[in-house]
Amino acid sequence: MSRAVREAYRDCLLSLLDRHPEVICLDTDTGLFRPEHVSAAGDQYLNLGIAEHNLMGIAAGMAACGRTPFVNTMAAFATSRALEAIKIDIAYNRLPVRIMATHGGLAAGHLGPTHQALEDLAVLRVLPGMTVVVPVDATATEAFVAQSLSLPGPLYVRLDRKPSPPLPPAPAPVIGRAQTLRPGGDVVLACCGPYPTLACLAAADTLAGHGIETAVLNLHTVRPLDTEALIDAARAAALVVTVEEHWCGGGLGGAVTEALAEAAPTKVLRLGMPDQFADAVGNQEYLLTYYDITAERIVTMVRTALDATARFGTH
Amino acid sequence: MTTAEDTLEAVAARIRTHVVDMCAGPEGGHLGGALSCVEVLSALYFSVLRVDPRQPGHPDRDRFLLSKGHAALALYATLAERGFFPVGELAGYGRPGSRLMGHPVRAVPGVELPTGSLGHGLALSCGFALANRYAGRDSRSFVLLGDGELQEGSVWEAAIAAASLRLDRLVAVVDRNGLQLTGPAERIAPMEPLAERWRSFGWAVREVDGHDAIRLADHLAAAPWEPGRPSVLIARTVKGHGLSFLAGRTDSHYVTLSPRNHARALAALAATDAAR
Repeated sequence: MSRAVREAYRDCLLSLLDRHPEVICLDTDTGLFRPEHVSAAGDQYLNLGIAEHNLMGIAAGMAACGRTPFVNTMAAFATSRALEAIKIDIAYNRLPVRIMATHGGLAAGHLGPTHQALEDLAVLRVLPGMTVVVPVDATATEAFVAQSLSLPGPLYVRLDRKPSPPLPPAPAPVIGRAQTLRPGGDVVLACCGPYPTLACLAAADTLAGHGIETAVLNLHTVRPLDTEALIDAARAAALVVTVEEHWCGGGLGGAVTEALAEAAPTKVLRLGMPDQFADAVGNQEYLLTYYDITAERIVTMVRTALDATARFGTH
Repeated sequence: MTTAEDTLEAVAARIRTHVVDMCAGPEGGHLGGALSCVEVLSALYFSVLRVDPRQPGHPDRDRFLLSKGHAALALYATLAERGFFPVGELAGYGRPGSRLMGHPVRAVPGVELPTGSLGHGLALSCGFALANRYAGRDSRSFVLLGDGELQEGSVWEAAIAAASLRLDRLVAVVDRNGLQLTGPAERIAPMEPLAERWRSFGWAVREVDGHDAIRLADHLAAAPWEPGRPSVLIARTVKGHGLSFLAGRTDSHYVTLSPRNHARALAALAATDAAR
């Protein structure tokens, strides 16, 4: 297992504080910062208590006075509970607040739908000026935190909760730029987040065994989407499949579908959480399998779609 | 009567006239809640706040937020009178091409952040006060809340934070005009004893006649009243104050003044001035 991305964020931020006195970390008692981290951060860390709307408001007020707040909360509370403060106090004013949202997607696992965030990407990517990223691992998290210091406007970073299996080496992660993890021509698998990316890579291997050349594109920046890279990859492909830990509507699948429909119409299939709240109990990996966000499901989707295309002769 | 009192009263009278004039425009406006806070704004901008209309972004300025953003009319009139932008611009309120939107926007010189959705201003002001403290500035942060606004839970989230952070350079004013859109605030959601409520949240509390600009200015100038505590001034006001035919009435909330009622309102204001 690699390092948990939320811990990578915390440690990276701590390493930046000395050189960036304008940065302040505001917390909502998430427990991500243990006493030793709080002590290391000194007065550049404040626990404001369990009040997410208040967190966003105070962060906006401080950002309006020249500070760069990194705010810690869980994705479920950031985007649903505090959405109006994000919209009006932060996005409307184009303020450089960095919303560091842990427990993204199904990462809360057995804690259930109250703590899962399967709508955050959809909800935030429609806000003007908002940047929305989903780092795939600790390396990407550190890169995005460092890059955020020179990013104008607000940023939402969706983080997992626990370590995920390591990924193969990839091009250096840059906010706004898709990462081609595997080239290919017949099919494009577009994904974001650790487990969807792992599933896509495994599915691409299996599909190669069936003679289907499959590209894997990590669209870690859901907004602004790297439409150029997406269209380049999709142009020669018969099919694009989006894979994400998110309800199927409005998230990465929505963003990809919109971009392709406007610029390079291609058949798109979306794989994500079915249209329901998670009633199954289990950890993140169990739930992903239970709800079929898996490599096997991707292989089936691709083969079924390509078979149909072959049978009817068009795509 | 002191000279200062003459001045604040005269300023308030001019602001009130501008508000009435704007409500006679095509869109009308939130007349009652704008008129209830005229003296608060006059006291702040003409006596208390360290602001310079020629340098609205000066880093050492005091910051003010109109959390009850629907009283934008009163804020615009005050900012114009104080010299942040020409008084003549008020005539464009709400009209195509004007920058004077129905709720405050940053495009208007002197407006720190947009407001309008209730329950945002106190947390934002906490952010101002906290940032000023980090920067070692002695500037103060003022915020004006409506009394109906206190029904928003986010106000109390911020009230807890301000006390916990010991933000004693934060000063809130509650425009306690007692009425909200559909009726008396106390009937819809009782808040009394309001002073006790704030005190129990760790704030220093004072109450004042919200139409006495001199007393308002005295209290606001003296804040912080208790070291380590944020201050809240409960300003007892009348919605629609100054217009005998609308004052204290629920239907003063949003008004488009007909030419007849516009003339009637201006006459009422003139009569008040004459009586003074």
